[in-house]
Order: sequence, then structure tokens, then C-alpha cells
Amino acid sequence: MKQVSLEMGSGGRLMQDFIRDKLLPVFKNRYLQILHDSALLPNGLALTTDSYTVDPIFFPGGDIGTLCVNGTVNDLVVSGARPEYLSLALIIEEGLEMATLEKILASIKRTASRNRVSIVTGDTKVVPRGQADKIYINTAGVGHLVGHPRPEKIKPGDKILVTGPIGEHGLAILLARNNFRMSSRVRSDCGPLLFLLPLWKQGALWMRDITRGGLATVLSELADKINHPLLAEEENIPLSRALKGAVEILGIDPLYLACEGRALLVVKESEARRVLNVLKKSSGGQQAAIIGEVQDKVGRKGEALLRTSSGGLRLLEPLTSELLPRIC
Amino acid sequence: MAPRKSSRELFSNWRSGSTIRNLLQAISRETSTLNRTLRIMEVCGTHTMTLHRSGLKPLLREAKVVMVSGPGCPVCITPDCFHEAIIDLVTSRKNILVATFGDMTRVPTARGSLQTTVPLPGSEIRIVYSPEEALELARKNPEKEVIFFGAGFETTIPAIAFTVKRAAAENLKNFSLLAALWLIPPALEAILQSGEVAIDGFIYPGHVSVIIGTRAYRFVAEKFKTPGAIAGFEPADVLLGILSVARQVREGRPEVANQYRRVVQAEGNPRALALMDEMLEPYEADWRGLGRIKNSGLRLKPRWQELDAVRKFNLRIQPGKPLKLGCRCGEVLKGLVEPVDCPLFGRSCDPDHPRGPCMVSYEGACLIAYKYSSGARNK
Repeated sequence: MKQVSLEMGSGGRLMQDFIRDKLLPVFKNRYLQILHDSALLPNGLALTTDSYTVDPIFFPGGDIGTLCVNGTVNDLVVSGARPEYLSLALIIEEGLEMATLEKILASIKRTASRNRVSIVTGDTKVVPRGQADKIYINTAGVGHLVGHPRPEKIKPGDKILVTGPIGEHGLAILLARNNFRMSSRVRSDCGPLLFLLPLWKQGALWMRDITRGGLATVLSELADKINHPLLAEEENIPLSRALKGAVEILGIDPLYLACEGRALLVVKESEARRVLNVLKKSSGGQQAAIIGEVQDKVGRKGEALLRTSSGGLRLLEPLTSELLPRIC
Repeated sequence: MAPRKSSRELFSNWRSGSTIRNLLQAISRETSTLNRTLRIMEVCGTHTMTLHRSGLKPLLREAKVVMVSGPGCPVCITPDCFHEAIIDLVTSRKNILVATFGDMTRVPTARGSLQTTVPLPGSEIRIVYSPEEALELARKNPEKEVIFFGAGFETTIPAIAFTVKRAAAENLKNFSLLAALWLIPPALEAILQSGEVAIDGFIYPGHVSVIIGTRAYRFVAEKFKTPGAIAGFEPADVLLGILSVARQVREGRPEVANQYRRVVQAEGNPRALALMDEMLEPYEADWRGLGRIKNSGLRLKPRWQELDAVRKFNLRIQPGKPLKLGCRCGEVLKGLVEPVDCPLFGRSCDPDHPRGPCMVSYEGACLIAYKYSSGARNK
């Protein structure tokens, strides 16, 4: 590859290759090499950063402001940390309407206070017209650990849960771009996952926010990490009615659509029911569901499998080529 | 009009575990009477997708049916020379805007792919979702020559023909079509005549059949005594098609069964067929894997030659020798080998680094096998 392609930033396998082959060897250190959503630093401190380039900047269910706070907060939560402080760096294209910028800042403020985090440092750059698309935002977040992911403890029988219907963010962005001239009631699921924090002490062994690459990519990456295959049941994966209709028309596989406010959890078998009930009572998790389990009968090590509603078995591969660029 | 159904009702019954189990049992009964394994070719890439995505292939093997993928992916069967002609054009001329479907941009050729090509300043390659979008690009960019590089079977051909007609009606001088348009029935005839592939019957493509109807396949049953069924794209649709073929084999009564009656009619879509006839003429075309087949490609009639990119830019569409050593896409397209039989599959050829077109397209047999089959790969 002589030039950087869009697929290198897609969250799929090409991006993993890039991180492993080009980034890690250059910057290798004990914090980075774990390649978690956040770096786990001394004294129980977690640090994460993310850049937001979503197009369009306003979409049904959110905007780049809600996204840049929730995304970073959620990365900390699934790493086991309570988010505390955020940085905010704005890269703005010359000519952006001031009213638009103010609207985004108001979104950031509202989302930050909802997540009980403070924006404590920042940076502003303006680039000439055409050198950026309206606005890009980078946030970094720090927080203290309240729990620890323990993928090594995952064993057959442990349950896989999702916190709600999947794929709505990816689809909302896709439709907002209007290439298909199709409208739908689907809204982005962009939202905070703070309600997951207490579960670290109630049997959660592993969490990951389901972002680019969708549920299939998260499951496939989890299968790579542990010693047992995973089996998800298609029938049990929550999908909203509006999304079901739209993906049929567009021929899109919802398992590869991104979310921005949903997570996948692996929970000890004995605690799964209880955790599900806790989730269903929290504001972000009413439609949570147990979608599958860690296996010792079906499949091989490293495989994430789906039992389809037709009763067949299908392999879940990580997203390979770009489904859609600039969704977050 | 049938009463309106919710999307859930429309699909769930065609996917439900109990329906699928019943159909598999019925198929199993037919094959056990025959006491042998049936080999059935699903012509269309979308059927290949349905089989893998729903995990039906292993279940069908248990019911003694082996499904063989056919040449039904337009991206896969379009020979490299089309892409190479476009690459030559955008790297030698300014202000050329090529609009094409996403899959087409990733097909690897000896000159790279449309995606890796660096066009001259002012020229570019743009992904579109419909031919209509290409027309819009021509209206919005009058200073550029917009070429729609359209690949497709009978399903998409009418829409492409309609776009050209619109361009002519609007007198859009900067729009032209590079037609990679292919017809299914001549390809089936070529497969049957070659006698290389031993198959017991065909699952005919559902949406191609919406346009061409059931009659277009009659020669398969009459001349070649080979069973076949038109099927839709839900798991139960495909199984209904397979069941019909199995029955035809057992009864020794080949026909063209229509198992997709909710959209396919015997005479097809007469308006679409008339439009195709008005705009396009058949020629002897080269298919990747199948080679040269009489009357199997469509190009614009001389009356519309100002809109034909081949004539307008004097493009050279001459298939050369395939350069990719070891790539067996040609045989995969004929149903002679399975993707896993190719020495490159999963080793040096994967969706991130495709060596052949069947690993590029979402309807390509290799990509589908790679993505959906447990244990199919050599990791």
C-alpha cells in the first residue's frame, strides 16, 4: 500500500494491521501494547483519546458535540474507569457559521454535565476553507478505575449481553447523507454508557462499546482474545422495527452497522440474569438482551459464530472493507 | 393489491427455523428417493449470499444437495480490459469523471484498480449508488466528460438504458456510457453446451427473471432437458427452488418452475424489455471465465453512439491473457471448483488484498465463502 486508503481508518482489519505493523513498533511501551480502549496508567488512572469527523455534523439523535463527549466517556467506562475530566480540541474550517459552532458547544456542555465530566483544557485551530470539512473535534478523557476487565477469566457458559438495539447510529448517518433518498424513523443511539459502571462489581468480565465495525466486529475481536469460540443467536439480537425495515430495503447487514451508545458485555453465567435485570431498569438499557454465550461445543477457538434464525451457523468476520467513512 | 403487511411479517416467515426445517426435510425425502447427491447451480451471486449468510450450505449437504455457484455476479465476470481502458483514459486525459458502483473500483487488474489509480488533475473516479446519480453529475459538471461505467445483468440494464435515454432527451453532450452489460440466458447455454460442469439443475436468478420472465429459460428444459426453478432471495425462497428442482429430477420432468410468484411473471416486464430493445443491441461478448459467448453482451445501438463511451473515446476493449498466476476465479465462475480449491484463497487472496474479482464483489463466490463459512479458511 503506497497511499493511505479510507479503509485504514474504518475500524476493521486493515486498521488493526496498521496499528500492529506501523504504530506499535514505533511507540512500543507496556501501556500501549495492550491496545485497550484506554491506557491503564499507574495509580489506577485511565486515559483515552478520540477524534470526531462525522459527516453530517448534525444527524437524527445527536450531533458531533454529543458524539465527542459520549464516545470518549464510553471508552473509559468499558475500560473500567469512571470518567472525570475531558480535554476539547476544535479544528474548524474557515467560514463555519458562528451559530452552528455555538449549537455544537451547547451540545458538548449538556452532554458533559449529563456524564458528570468537566472540560478542563482545550485548543482551537481554524484552517482555510476547504482544508477541513466544517469542524473536527478531538477529546481526551481521564478517570479512575472502579473495575477491571478480566478476559482471561471468561469460560464456557458465560453469557454475552448487549445493552440495546444495535446499528442505529450507523444507519442514521447513512440515511442523513441522503444518497438513497429514503427517510426513516431511525435515530442515532448516541448516548452515555455510565450506567454500566456498577456492573464491573456485579459479574461483568469484559465490556466493549459497539462502534465502527458493529456487533460482528466486536464479537470477532473478542473471540480472538479468548480461548473459546462464541455463539450468538440471531433471534435474540435486539433490532428496532424501523431499522429492520430500512436494512432490508438497502441490503445492509445490521451486524456491521455502528452504534455510539451500546455495549457488549460478557458476564459470569451465574450473574447473567441478575445483570440483565439491572440493565433493564437503567435508563440506557431497557432493551438489553442476552444474545449468546461462550461455547465449548460448537465452533473452533478464535471463531465467533451466529446461529441464524433459519437454524444454520454462520461465521462472523470483522468488518473488512469500509462500510461508510466518517461516521464518528 | 395484497393487503399491506409490516416488514416483519414480510420477512420473518421466509426465515423462520420451523419453515426451514420442514423444507430441508422435504428436500431430504426427494434426494433419498433418488439415492444420490444432487448438484445444483445457483446462478445468481445474491443466492450464494443467502445460502451462506443464513448458514444453509452445511444443512443442504446433510440433505444431500451440493450447491455450485454460477456466473451471476456482474463485477466478477466483467473482464479486466474494461477497467484497464478506464484507467488508461483517466491517467492520460484531464477532466474525465468516471462514475461507477463501489465494487467495480476494487477489481485488481494488471494496471492496478480504479481505486488505486491516480487520475490526471481534473479527472476523477466517483462511486455512485445508481445510474441516475451519474446523470446528475453530468448536469452539475458541464466542464467535465462524465462516463458511467455500468456493469449489470438484466436486473439493472433497464435502469441504465433509461438513464441514457434521459441524457439523450436532455441533450447532455458530456454524458456517456461504458456498457459492461451481460445477459444470463446465453451464459447458461454456454455452460450447458460446454458440458464441463455436471449439474442436475439451476436455481434461476429472481430479479433477472422479474425482467425477462419464465419463458427466457425454456430452452434449458426443452433443449437440454435440465430442470430449473426461479427463486427469491429469502432462505425459504431458495429452498423452495431447490425442492422444485429435486422433484423435477426425481420425476424426470424438467421445466421452468416459478417459485418467486410474488414478483415474477411469465412474460417478465414488457416495458423494461421494450426499453432494452429500443436502446441496446446484442453482441458476442467476452466473459471472465466463460470466454466469448454469442449474443451475450449488450451495447448501445448505433443510433445512440454519441452516448457510447467506447466510440466517443475510442476505447480499446480487448481481453488480454489473465496475468494473475494461480487465481482460479474463471473456474469458480463456471462452477468447476469451489473457492476453497483455489491455492490463493485465504492465503494471498482475502477481502483486504483481493487477487481476483470473486474476492472483490459482495456477490462474489470467494468473498462470500471467506466471510461466512466456519473453518473454510486456512488461517
